[in-house]
Formats: sequence, C-alpha cells, structure tokens
Amino acid sequence: MMLTLMKAQYFLWGGLPTPWKKGTSTHRRGGTSLGGKGSRIRLDTERVKFTRDSRVVMETSQERDPSWRVQYQMEMMRSLRHVNIDHLHVGWYQSTYYGSFVTRALLDSQFSYQHAIEESVVLIYDPIKTAQGSLSLKAYRLTPKLMEVCKEKDFSPEALKKANITFEYMFEEVPIVIKNSHLINVLMWELEKKSAVADKHELLSLASSNHLGKNLQLLMDRVDEMSQDIVKYNTYMRNTSKQQQQKHQYQQRRQQENMQRQSRGEPPLPEEDLSKLFKPPQPPARMDSLLIAGQINTYCQNIKEFTAQNLGKLFMAQALQEYNN
Amino acid sequence: MATPVVSASGPPATPAPAPVAAPASASASVPAPTPAPAAAAVPAAAPAASSDPAAAAATTAAPGQTPASAQAPAQTPAPALPGPALPGPFPGGRVVRLHPVILASIVDSYERRNEGAARVIGTLLGTVDKHSVEVTNCFSVPHNESEDEVAVDMEFAKNMYELHKKVSPNELILGWYATGHDITEHSVLIHEYYSREAPNPIHLTVDTSLQNGRMSIKAYVSTLMGVPGRTMGVMFTPLTVKYAYYDTERIGVDLIMKTCFSPNRVIGLSSDLQQVGGASARIQDALSTVLQYAEDVLSGKVSADNTVGRFLMSLVNQVPKIVPDDFETMLNSNINDLLMVTYLANLTQSQIALNEKLVNL
Repeated sequence: MMLTLMKAQYFLWGGLPTPWKKGTSTHRRGGTSLGGKGSRIRLDTERVKFTRDSRVVMETSQERDPSWRVQYQMEMMRSLRHVNIDHLHVGWYQSTYYGSFVTRALLDSQFSYQHAIEESVVLIYDPIKTAQGSLSLKAYRLTPKLMEVCKEKDFSPEALKKANITFEYMFEEVPIVIKNSHLINVLMWELEKKSAVADKHELLSLASSNHLGKNLQLLMDRVDEMSQDIVKYNTYMRNTSKQQQQKHQYQQRRQQENMQRQSRGEPPLPEEDLSKLFKPPQPPARMDSLLIAGQINTYCQNIKEFTAQNLGKLFMAQALQEYNN
Repeated sequence: MATPVVSASGPPATPAPAPVAAPASASASVPAPTPAPAAAAVPAAAPAASSDPAAAAATTAAPGQTPASAQAPAQTPAPALPGPALPGPFPGGRVVRLHPVILASIVDSYERRNEGAARVIGTLLGTVDKHSVEVTNCFSVPHNESEDEVAVDMEFAKNMYELHKKVSPNELILGWYATGHDITEHSVLIHEYYSREAPNPIHLTVDTSLQNGRMSIKAYVSTLMGVPGRTMGVMFTPLTVKYAYYDTERIGVDLIMKTCFSPNRVIGLSSDLQQVGGASARIQDALSTVLQYAEDVLSGKVSADNTVGRFLMSLVNQVPKIVPDDFETMLNSNINDLLMVTYLANLTQSQIALNEKLVNL
C-alpha cells in the first residue's frame, strides 16, 4: 500500500503539504512537550491519500475536558465538508524528537484508529531531523499480527510467544509519495522565482555531532531500561523454576508420606491444592520490552543512517582539502 | 529551467472588458478622476516594470471605469519580456509576509470549488508586527457570487475562526483572500465585511486563472479616496509581498518543488546518502554556473564586476587552509568515531534480536 500525499493543504506543514502544516505547528509551540498531534482526512482507498489535516493540539499541561477534542474534530470535519474538502478520517500524525515514538500511547492510539478504520496510518514527523536538511516523514501501521494481540489485550509472554511477534514485526512502514496537481506546480515555479528557497545547505553541514550525541544518549537510556527489563524477566524465570522445584519436592514428600501411612494402615493425607500453596509469580508484561526493543531498533537505524551521511560528507571534505594541497 | 512564457499582449486586453461589463456598483465607488490611477501607479516601482502593476492599480482604483490612461503605458513594454509580476517595494506600505502554506491552501481550495463558482474566498489568519504582517494560516469560506449580489457565509467563517483559535490562540484575523486576477466590486463589499472583523484588513489575490501565464500573487489594503465631505470611495493600494519560511518549512517546500521536474508530478522521499548526493549535485550546478561566469569574464565576453569578484574570492577562501597532518588526524578521528558508532548500533541491534530469540525459547 502506498501513501500519496496530495499537495496543498493544510498540514502541519499542512497538506501542501501536510508536511508544511505539521512543521509550522510544532515550530510555533517552541518544540516543547508533545508537539502536535492531529488527524488526517483523506480521499481514497488502496493508495491512501492524505489531503488535509486539522490540527488538534494535545498538550498534557492543559487541563481540558477530553471530550472537547472529539468535539473539535467533529466540528472541523463538518466545516471542511462545506468547502468540499475530503472529510473522511484516515489517520493521525505525531511529531517526535530524535525518533522516539515507539510508546505505549502510540500503540494504543494507532490500534484504536486501525480498529475503526482499516487503512489508517500514523505519520511520524521529526522536526529536528528535518532541520538537519531533509524532510523526515514516515508512515506506520500496526502489523496484522500485532492487531490480533492488541485485540485480545493479552500481553502475557505465552500469548506473545504464540503470536510469534518480534520487535521488528510490530510496525510496518508504508512508503510515502508526494503528488502535486498542475496548478500547484505552477505555484511552485512562482515561489522558486520569487523567493530564495534553498539557500542554506544544512544537509551538507559537518557540525552535527550534537545531534549524534543526543541520539546516542537516548539510545543509552533505552538500553538501560532494556537491561532492567531483562533482569526482571530473568528473576521471574528463576522464581518460576524454583517454584516448580519446590512443588515437585512437596509432591514427592507427600507421596512418600502417603506410602508410609498406607504401610502403617492410616488414612492418606488429603491432597492439597498445590496451586494455592505455591502461588506462581506474576509474569512480567512482555509488551513493554517489545516496545523498548522496537525503539532501540529505530534509534539504531537512525544512527546508522546518520553516520552514513556523515561519512560521505567527511570524504567530500577530504577531497576538497586534497585539492587545496 | 524553463519558465512559463508570458504572453505580453494579455494584460492590456483583459482589464478593458471587465470594467465595461460590470454594472455600476452599489457601494460607494466614486468615479475617480484620472490622476488617481496615475497616483496609484507611481508608487509602483519603475515604469519599466511589467504591464501588470499598472493594469492592476488602474483596475483597483476604479472598478467601474475603463482604465484608459493605464492602457498606454501598459502597451509600451509589450514587445519585451515583462519584468517580475510583483512590483518592487512600495514605500510607506506595510510588508506582507506570506508562508507558502497559505498559497498552497488557496490553490487547493480553488481546485475544490463548487460547480459554477468562478472564484473562492477565505480568511487569512496570522500575526501583526509593527511594520509587517505575517500570514501563517488560512481557511476557505463558502460564498455565492452572481452578477449583482454576493453572499458570504460569515457564520461559517466565525465558527472556523473559533476552532482555529482553540489550537493556536495567537492567530488573529488579518484579512481575506480571493482567487482571480481582478478586484471586482464584490470584493469591496466583502472587504467591508472583513473590516468589521479586523482593523485594516488585507486583501490577497492569487491569480489562478493564470493571466499572463503566471500566477501573480498580490496583496492590497483599502484606503479611502475621494473628495472629503462627499461620499468616499474605496481604493485598493498594493502592498509588498515577501515570503517567510520557518526553517523546516523551507526544507519541505524544497522537496515538494521537485515534483515540478517529474513527468507525473510524483516524488518519493529519498534516503540518507541519496540526499547528500542530491545536495552536492545542487552545489555542483551552482559551481559550474560560477565557473562559466569566470570563463566568460576571462575571455572578455562579460565585463568584470568587482563585487562579484569579491564574493568569488571569499568563496574560494572558504575552504580552510589546514596543515595536512592536522587535517589527517582530524579526519581520521572523526571517521573512527562514526565507524565506532555504527559498530555499536549494529551490535545493539544484534543483541536485542538475540534477546528476542532467547525469550521466546
């Protein structure tokens, strides 16, 4: 399934792009807290086309009645219908910093969207990476397997093992394509003439070690969380196995006693409910570790992409220097 | 890059039929004396500027009047390629800073207009500064326009504005926009509506009918004119339009512009090294242009310009002169850092994959 972004319109980087509207909204908020989340409204099937989005700011700091968001959305969609703008809800977008978007909240939201609307997608926009020189916009959906698991709401290790989900298989990325109409093309030519659009070349700047440092910092935090999670899981496994042993021993002792009693002619001891005696320890929620693993994976991919670019730039700088000397 | 060729004979012809066909407007539009169009045309840059500002100023000055005087200067530059459609800075006027989102929204609303509607209108939102007005958002408003009346759904406009205010409380109503290359007398009425919402509203026109083969984007502010003491008329004076971008916006626009070059106007988002390649290709193009210029100057085709020469020199000196050994060490340490980070990232990924396998045993 391909995602076609139709021009114009509104976006945070608004539809013209949608990317535009998205960009402006997070920019205005000064880049703090959550950034913008909004829903997108679409046109077509199979190749999902996003044409416009209306921004609904979800700032956790504000105390607002949660229903006003729903109300806002309904009102906005109704109004947009009046002006012939596609008003079918197709998904939502979120902005993130340094690519840290694999969270429980996102999973839940995307699940509810995807459950209601088959083709819904979440667009992830990274303003910091975009400021580095190239638009960073990715679209994700939950894989069908993950949808199943979420539907059951059963996140225990057994269920997950049954579903055979690995962290790589949680989200599937949908390729994005940008398509413009002819009139927008004319507009583009006009803009090109009138304004110096790309006069800064941030993409080729070598001074991006700060970005890399931040990324690595986040990665380290996540890896720490991951290791804690692993420790928890290990203790759980150890506890269960110890418990099994204890159960086994208890059973054996019971049997021995019973045999002794039988040999002495006394009534056997009642069978006690083993499960009440030995309460099995709580299995840790596996979903969190899946999410952490997924997030670590994203960070690693980002870092690799980044280092590839930087290596290229360094070699170019070397070539320039060689020529100088 | 091929620019859309402008047909120079276009502009003088069009203003003539429009004012003639339009009936005498109901609003107070005093037949302005002929000096008025000239006065409006004077602030518009040099007379060598295209026929557009003259024609536009004349049309805006007196919608019901044939801009006869403006026709003459309009026809003289006809043979030459007309200059930029946007005349130079208007002294004393405010500057309107547009974000490209606005234009895209306007064009999109135009494409989605109802059957039979010749143009679309909408509200402009943004912030006001001391000398400039920054338009950052807009939404279209349904309206009906016929020969003698115009109906705008102000209820809708108010509702939309309220909704927008909820998500971005800093935006104010700045004015309104309309597509089409002319300012009709209906515009005056609508402008009056909007002056109730905002002090001194701005009117923006985007020419989607592509008169002159270009999409001209102009902004106006209304000023009163006429004989004091009698009924006052309204004249639209042009404002300077500049484009403002947030950084990230600029990068996005850059990307979207690339669709101009593909046959079916479709592009995908490129990935890492491709982007670096693209950016360096652009620099290469720029460098070859500069080289061409240098060659021309050397061979005597073009006369040397000192300022350009100074820029060239600073360009060449941009590459820092570093002792080769120092540079080697710097380069190597950087490369080592990057390689190490790549290695660590790969290691981490294999670790978590391993962990998955172990957990699922």
